[in-house]
Amino acid sequence: MEGAKANTGGLSGWLEERLGLSAIREFLAHKTVPVHSGTMWYYFGGITLFLFVIQVLTGILLLLYYRPTTTEAYESVQFIVTRVQFGWLVRSIHSWSANLMIFTAMVHMFSVVFLRSYRRPREVTWLSGIALLCLALGFGFSGYLLPWNTISYFATKVGTDMAASLPGIGPALARFLRGGEDVGGATLTRFFGFHVAVLPGLTTVLLLVHLILVQKQGISSPPWVERKFQAQGGKAPQMPFFPNFFLREMMAWYAALAVLGSLAAIFPWELGEKADPFASAPAGIRPEWYFLAPFYTLKLIPSHVAFLEGELLGLLGFGLLAVFWILLPFWATNRQGMERTRLVTGAGVALLAYLATFSLLGYYK
Amino acid sequence: MIRRPALLLLFLLPVAAPAKDSCVECHTAMESAPALKFSKDVHQRRGFSCADCHGGDRNADDQDAAMSKAKGFRGKIARAAVPQLCAHCHSDANLMHKYMPQQRVDQYELYQTSVHGKRIASGDGAVANCVDCHSVHDIREVKDPQSPVHPLRLPETCARCHADAAHMAKYKIPTNQFEEYRKSVHWAALAQRGDLSAPSCASCHGNHGATPPQVSSVAAVCGNCHALVEDLYSKSPHQPAFAAMGAAGCVTCHGNHGVRLPSSAMLAGDKSVCAQCHTADSPEGKAAVEMAGMINGLNAALKNSDQVLRQAASSGMEVSEAMLRQQEAHATLVKARVAVHAFRVTAVSQLAQSGLAAAAETRRAGENALKERDYRRMGLGVALLAILATMAGLWLALRAIERPPQAPAGAGRR
Amino acid sequence: MITERRNLIRTLLGGGFVASLAAFLYPVIRFMNPPSVSEASVNEVPGGKIQDLKPNSGKIVKFGNRPVLLVRVSETEWRAFSAVCTHLNCTVQYQEQRRQIWCACHNGFYDLNGNVVSGPPPKALDEYVARVRGDEVVISRRA
Repeated sequence: MEGAKANTGGLSGWLEERLGLSAIREFLAHKTVPVHSGTMWYYFGGITLFLFVIQVLTGILLLLYYRPTTTEAYESVQFIVTRVQFGWLVRSIHSWSANLMIFTAMVHMFSVVFLRSYRRPREVTWLSGIALLCLALGFGFSGYLLPWNTISYFATKVGTDMAASLPGIGPALARFLRGGEDVGGATLTRFFGFHVAVLPGLTTVLLLVHLILVQKQGISSPPWVERKFQAQGGKAPQMPFFPNFFLREMMAWYAALAVLGSLAAIFPWELGEKADPFASAPAGIRPEWYFLAPFYTLKLIPSHVAFLEGELLGLLGFGLLAVFWILLPFWATNRQGMERTRLVTGAGVALLAYLATFSLLGYYK
Repeated sequence: MIRRPALLLLFLLPVAAPAKDSCVECHTAMESAPALKFSKDVHQRRGFSCADCHGGDRNADDQDAAMSKAKGFRGKIARAAVPQLCAHCHSDANLMHKYMPQQRVDQYELYQTSVHGKRIASGDGAVANCVDCHSVHDIREVKDPQSPVHPLRLPETCARCHADAAHMAKYKIPTNQFEEYRKSVHWAALAQRGDLSAPSCASCHGNHGATPPQVSSVAAVCGNCHALVEDLYSKSPHQPAFAAMGAAGCVTCHGNHGVRLPSSAMLAGDKSVCAQCHTADSPEGKAAVEMAGMINGLNAALKNSDQVLRQAASSGMEVSEAMLRQQEAHATLVKARVAVHAFRVTAVSQLAQSGLAAAAETRRAGENALKERDYRRMGLGVALLAILATMAGLWLALRAIERPPQAPAGAGRR
Repeated sequence: MITERRNLIRTLLGGGFVASLAAFLYPVIRFMNPPSVSEASVNEVPGGKIQDLKPNSGKIVKFGNRPVLLVRVSETEWRAFSAVCTHLNCTVQYQEQRRQIWCACHNGFYDLNGNVVSGPPPKALDEYVARVRGDEVVISRRA
């Protein structure tokens, strides 16, 4: 270690030797982002990341006071909201940010579909992104129960009931999720564990994979932009990631922060009534908005279709749909390497239309 | 000659009852009303039959034999004879015990002490006997909502006679009790809230021993439910004064059948009941006005706090604790209203003050919540300003970076 | 001109960044500061020392925002009920002579299981759990 002093002096030199920052600086200097009419959609991945960071920070803060037992969960959240200084803000931001994050993640996913960024060699990036979305939904489902209020209690009951109707593994899966035969204290403990330990761990790993892949492969530009400039014999225009794109991303983050703060301050997230497992389910039980479309679809399916149970049929349908969607990069090009442009666009528009209409129907009916 | 068609019919009828009952069989075939109604009668369910009241032989197929005087056939029962007939079984503890061990057997005894019973004994057949209230041939248990003596139907049943001016003419008693009662707070509790414990006629007048409460016992009657008020009243200066005057306690101020929801308007103003005896400038009149003022003041303060709390709650603030405190304050108002019956200003003022203190506290809580809301919005405004400034800075910085290098710096733009 | 502009950008960026950081950190620091009332739950309240309540007597204990009637039935048996009468929300009390719970407002009586014995109350009183821990009685909600 003594000999190291011989190197360039000063703090930057000291740090450089130990951390090798110049490599990162070098990498950033060469990283570029394509410029075209759809560049704005590139910000949504970053916004989702930003909201995730906010979730981690506010989540850690909430952990200072939250208690995951049936007797104390509701009271501790009430305590946070009423007694702890700025507790209302932290809790409201955590809830609002969770919802915005799912929303921006979905925007990000659909922009990837419509800008065709899933193409070779980015299939694994797509898969990791889908997995991250599933994890985000898992965060939403497990976090919804934690305040232990009436609506979340019954929504969890309904949700785990659906899992139970899966063929074969259903009952075992429901038992695993609930930590017993019914939703209760064991479920709360479990969901808390999932929410603050299991899911964050998995998400961190997958997020790293996702980000490394994006850095490794660069940001994709849509095929029509590439074709246009290839025909002209040049390359599609790019902007430097740092500072040009980064400053714009910062603006997007600040805008997200402003929206988040306003929502939290003007529409504080409600706490509702404490859950009573012996009470009958109140009218109008519905899950969070991002589960509304499948929830409403299942409600529409008759209880028996041919020899199959309606719910089972619905779940099988969703399963097939999910597999179809997950495998999108693999069927988007045919054997000859030609892109099935219309099919992908059609599928994307159809899914978007289905989610939008059924969510609205589920909300208003 | 008559016997044959009856017998023929007998064969045509499906025999449902386990025991033979020729009375019901024939009279049902004749479609006579009593026989048709009897299937709904509680006595029928317990195995009793026509013959148990009307005499005769239910086993005889022959009409003459079945209704022969020799078998004790009595035919139509005279009105005046009804109570004794019912009492034959209902006053027999040994018999009643076989069917309803908890049922009382003193109804007839009580009936004899009632105004109805005394009149019937003196030969007035127009007064109510058992079947006038309990119905006849389709007698149901009191707890059956279709019984005419079920709490919800009792007032109408009494009113059948007592609201009939022609019927009541010779007794020279008023006929407006039913009309009044239907305006009362008691009827509202019974009919609208469905509180079957709320009083109807029999709750105050008794049922079988129906008598108007004596002047001296009115307070005791009301005190059956309004125990606290009775307690305060009986210790108050009004009790001996009313007793000396021959005034009937509670009724003096509240009325009897048409008891309305009391309000502070009974104490002060032109509807004051106190003014019946006390002039407005007497010490008592002044005390009444003072008590009314306290109650009104507390009421107004509570309404005020309610409004502030509602406003805070509707703008998303958490005020559930203050709301609970507010409930307690509302209970104090109820207690203060009860305390009026001590007819001492201090009794009311103590409660009114604690209620006012609570109302002030909840009001403050509500106002603080509203202040907190404004503070939050201001904080948000400041934060938004900082965010906007940063965004503007970012935007300008971007413009500075991306400005085409050949363009003259800052020319005509800022 | 350029320096002016650069100064403006620097002020906006620097000032805005610092201010927004402050707007973020201020609530966080206040949040982490423990509030004066450090207990969240009202699931259990102490009902006082054993020797303070004689057998066959009762007293009102505040349970959160609600009153609870704690009754010492015998030397060793304790019971607790919601003290809010189910009729018109008056506070009930224990009557030693009758060994019953009494509501003074309309003369309603409940037995020592909380069930209505007589009077206007439409339904039974909610029962709480009373347990002896050391020399203290502890009242808790029924799970």
